[in-house]
Amino acid sequence: MIVGAYRDACADGKFVISGEIGPPKGVKAETMLHHIDMLKDKVDGLNVTDNQSAVMRMGSLAVSGEIVRRGGDPIFQTTCRDRNRLGLQSDLLSAAFLGITNVLCLTGDHPVIGDHKQAKGVFDFDSVHLIQCCKKMNAGADWEGNELDGATDFFVGAVVTPEADPIEPQMYKFARKVEAGVDFFQTQAVYDMDNFRRFMEQAREITAGTKVKIMAGLVVLTGLGMAKYMNRAVPGIFVPDSLLEELGSVEKEEQLRKGMEIAARHIRFLRENKVCDGVHIMAIGREEIVPEIIAMSGASDA
Amino acid sequence: MIISKKKPAEEIIQALEGETKVIVVGCGECATVTQTGGEKEVAEMKAILEEAGKKVLATDVVHTGCAELDVKRVLRQHKEAVKDTEAFVVLSCGAGTQAVRAATDKHVIPGTDPLFLGNIRRSMDFIEKCSHCGACVIDEYGAICPVTRCAKGLLNGPCGGTDHGKCEVDPEMDCAWVLIHEQLKKEGREDKRTRIHGPKEWNVIRRPGELAEAREKVGAAKSGGE
Repeated sequence: MIVGAYRDACADGKFVISGEIGPPKGVKAETMLHHIDMLKDKVDGLNVTDNQSAVMRMGSLAVSGEIVRRGGDPIFQTTCRDRNRLGLQSDLLSAAFLGITNVLCLTGDHPVIGDHKQAKGVFDFDSVHLIQCCKKMNAGADWEGNELDGATDFFVGAVVTPEADPIEPQMYKFARKVEAGVDFFQTQAVYDMDNFRRFMEQAREITAGTKVKIMAGLVVLTGLGMAKYMNRAVPGIFVPDSLLEELGSVEKEEQLRKGMEIAARHIRFLRENKVCDGVHIMAIGREEIVPEIIAMSGASDA
Repeated sequence: MIISKKKPAEEIIQALEGETKVIVVGCGECATVTQTGGEKEVAEMKAILEEAGKKVLATDVVHTGCAELDVKRVLRQHKEAVKDTEAFVVLSCGAGTQAVRAATDKHVIPGTDPLFLGNIRRSMDFIEKCSHCGACVIDEYGAICPVTRCAKGLLNGPCGGTDHGKCEVDPEMDCAWVLIHEQLKKEGREDKRTRIHGPKEWNVIRRPGELAEAREKVGAAKSGGE
């Protein structure tokens, strides 16, 4: 995998697979670097989370730069929570300087759900503005229209929550992201393939006439307890009963394997039925299982 | 209405450390409605301070605690006490407390924590609806302010934290985007949602804000006459 690989994979119309790297809380980076080296050639792009869940960690900018240095193609996640429009644009220029080409524009979780609850959330831009801003910088100007001495060349992504209830406000925002010129979407984790297929029909109506790519988000279920927690506590996530039963049908120590099988099965289903353009696999700290899931899905032979 | 809550009495007493003589000032408007600085609360504060060994030289409730001239007029009525006191405890919003600041050079202590600009739903039930952002945009949103009612002040739709009509910040709190969606649907104005709304222009008012229209007009009239 090299810089630009993710954009090229999208352009080639192949079934795109990305993984995710969560930077450490602290300066010990060995595990993360191991995950990067292990995954960088098995996927088309590697997301780097930005103070995920509003928990303070090593920055996505530095880690994305390190992925470039190691010969991978990072997808630099950047949220509107911690920086105003000056900070966001400055970081985008820094990202371009580091050789980063993919940016994923996110609102960011509210500080009160993280580990610095007293922090002020910035939200000067929202995710739609951030997409517009990346596009302006690609066209050679900053947000205010001041000319840049060298334009950026970002492949710009955003997120959408297919299981949002009600779905209409979510779809209006989705439409605005498309209007803002986004190149690709990664969805919040999906587990109900029938629901997701219906979502994709709606989404395709909105993206008709564009080259927008949509990648299904897959968070690997590591056990029955985790699956139930996701259902109960994570907004926009729905794990159907059939999957809970499937996980519960085996002993606790076998449930991770079962979760990997489910993820592989979903990847196979999405690819074979051309439901979406790819998948974004999140193993949340257990990235070592991702290559095996890809192999199990048959996607690596594609 | 400026919504405030009472500061813990210990905090006020601590702030008065080393000082004995105090004047307590309340406000007849917001602080009276929010029951943080009306006649009753001022009397309660007097009792608390006396219990703590303080000497309350005077108490009064200014009709409008943020009207600086009113505050000065009231304090003039307590001339001796004002001269003699070491500190003022003000049961008003931060603006009222600073109106007392403008009227004296002595130690001024806030007795409330001001929370937000709120509507009164019923007695002692308040809700924040406006953030004074300087350029009202709510027509675009079914007259429901996303700058205020969305915990992140987003302008183009919900974030991923919206959950069955509630907000990730507090499961008891409504997601503004669901309220806006429902409202625009009722009005048959859903088309309003298809266009992108730009970010707030935070420079439309200079902070700290100042507006002296009347004075300007007077000034203009004067210069025009010359």
